[in-house]
Amino acid sequence: FFFFCPGLETFSQLVHEDDYGSFLVNESEIDDFPRFAHRGILLDTSRHYLPLKSILTNLDAMAFNKFNVLHWHIVDDQSFPYQSIYFPELSDKGAYSRNHIYTPTDVRLVIEYARLRGIRVIPEFDTPGHTQSWGKGQKDLLTPCYSGEQPTGSFGPVNPILNTTYDFMTKFFKEISSVFPDAYIHLGGDEVNFDCWKSNPEVKEFMKKQGFGTDYAKLESYYIQKILDIVFSYNKEYMVWQEVFDNKAQLKPDTVVQVWMENNYAHELSSVTGAGFTAILAAPWYLDYISYGQDWKKYYSVEPLNFPGTEKQKKLLIGGEACLWGEFVDATNLTPRLWPRASAVGERLWSSRNVTNLQDAYKRLTNHRCRMLRCLHEK
Amino acid sequence: MAYNKFNVFHWHIVDDPSFPYESLTFPELSKQGAFHAITHIYTASDVQTVIEYARLRGIRVVAEFDTPGHTLSWGPGAPGLLTPCYLGKDPSGTYGPINPILNSTYQFVTSLFQEVSAVFPDFFLHLGGDEVDFTCWKSNPNIRAFMKEMGFGEDYKKLESFYIQRLLDIISSLGKGYIVWQEVFDNAVKVRPDTIIHVWKENPTPYTEEMANVTKAGYRALLSAPWYLNRISYGQDWMAAYQVEPLKFEGSSEQKDRVIGGEACMWGEYVDVTNLTPRLWPRAGAVAERLWSNATVQDLQDAYVRLADFRCKLLGRGVQAQPLFVGYCENEFGGF
Repeated sequence: FFFFCPGLETFSQLVHEDDYGSFLVNESEIDDFPRFAHRGILLDTSRHYLPLKSILTNLDAMAFNKFNVLHWHIVDDQSFPYQSIYFPELSDKGAYSRNHIYTPTDVRLVIEYARLRGIRVIPEFDTPGHTQSWGKGQKDLLTPCYSGEQPTGSFGPVNPILNTTYDFMTKFFKEISSVFPDAYIHLGGDEVNFDCWKSNPEVKEFMKKQGFGTDYAKLESYYIQKILDIVFSYNKEYMVWQEVFDNKAQLKPDTVVQVWMENNYAHELSSVTGAGFTAILAAPWYLDYISYGQDWKKYYSVEPLNFPGTEKQKKLLIGGEACLWGEFVDATNLTPRLWPRASAVGERLWSSRNVTNLQDAYKRLTNHRCRMLRCLHEK
Repeated sequence: MAYNKFNVFHWHIVDDPSFPYESLTFPELSKQGAFHAITHIYTASDVQTVIEYARLRGIRVVAEFDTPGHTLSWGPGAPGLLTPCYLGKDPSGTYGPINPILNSTYQFVTSLFQEVSAVFPDFFLHLGGDEVDFTCWKSNPNIRAFMKEMGFGEDYKKLESFYIQRLLDIISSLGKGYIVWQEVFDNAVKVRPDTIIHVWKENPTPYTEEMANVTKAGYRALLSAPWYLNRISYGQDWMAAYQVEPLKFEGSSEQKDRVIGGEACMWGEYVDVTNLTPRLWPRAGAVAERLWSNATVQDLQDAYVRLADFRCKLLGRGVQAQPLFVGYCENEFGGF
């Protein structure tokens, strides 16, 4: 079966078996190219640690489905498995355990394994929200929350008013920029809860000094802009979640905005591309939202360019991502939950706009699924 | 199952899409009806292996051969068994439920269940009886004639009952007891008093009401309706399963005594070996505790802590149980 599952994916899909068990390929000319340049899968290794094997198996599956970007949401509130060279305490104190980490060697392995399959690895270090686990190994990074005059003992987003924050981020992103070779780093910027900032007297004082009034979105943008500048100084481009755009931070022209909020995402795509920014679409493709039945059909039926906009705007939508957030996912159920549902997204991002017939897709997808079983099993 | 103290494996072994059970009496059934006659079958030896493996773990195997509906895969290997549907005066080429008006049907059923009764040692057989679609019967002129002859009028439930009753008599004469899906009760089929009714529907009658009706009529009841674990959804749905109280219905204590237990069901439309274990475990654990422990054991937070911990234990024992929520186990599945 080995030649079924090589890097020559399109070719391998031409192979079929006759009634006598021989494998055949009809003489064909292959004219195949992707519709969208960014075809990604998001994996979350913070809500649950994913052992290397499961990440590598997933990279194989991605290759079979012509995905070319692994968006590695590597750390978050719950755990910090990334072993930093400059700041070893981050994972020492922030990972689930000493075993639940990715060493520099592990990271290099993932990047290389992906590279050999034509897959880029874009790491996401999401700040200023989603950072609870960072605070365990980096004192004073997070904002102390207050109840009246007293600190409560709990912490909120990254503290945007301290110089030490930016000293840390400067050094941290220097490391990240050299560890991950891709031109892009994902900087997150989603779901920043302002309650803790609002409770902190020093933050309130800072807001006054800066003339931000009570508009904490301005404080968020202030922070983000400084991070963007830091990352830019290392010659990296960045991707951000849509809130960074929505809250009007000053973004460099090459910023990629990831649209993830389901409510009226077509409108968001118009706004983002209308403002001249590149966009990628994730909103209708949150594959962690499981439901009973053939939900692959609704993923397949998404037409990314169905939003009001000019030709020029449409060109700014460079692709999309199927996201598998990790709240309920780990190595025990990752592969069956992601595949072949993500394959529907894979075809939508690769094939022509007019390839939409569900019945035909079903036939091909069930076949493809059997092929994936064989190929992933071989590995 | 053993780790979770389940003690009955309800094996829904055949249905419309395929017939994997290799019958010694009717080898054509699996030859023609299995997805693949060689690779996708359970030989007599396979079946014995399952039964013995289960037995050593204190688990009964209750086989279900669901009739008269859910039998399309029986047709190819048993010509003449299923009802030919008609389009006007002519057969349409498609088939419906088992044909209840032919003697050959009952001969077949007798022989098949003779074998099944011998193969499966448990006292109970599950005979199905759910979701019988009357459309095909109605279209068939011979059946319509039979309905007239028997004085059933237009009430096809009476025809269904006619079949089921004869089936139950056959099973009884083979010395077995039977479990049937609730439609058999709902359609007023005359069943023996020791019949167990399996409650699975949530509408039109709420299952709590059905439990009351079934037990009031004197039958024993099994509850599955709120425990269809194949119906996945986002989030911690184990909690809803855990909060079910099987005895929460209007009835006397005698009625409540007739509730002998329940089953977590994992129907196979979207399930196979690639996802069975994570989809079933540890969610089924919530059902297991509800069926084993005292009615007072209800605290969700406490249950979460114990079930999450138990899930890690299952991993350690090689069971590919999925996570309940964010977190970790000392030993993750497949190692580090």
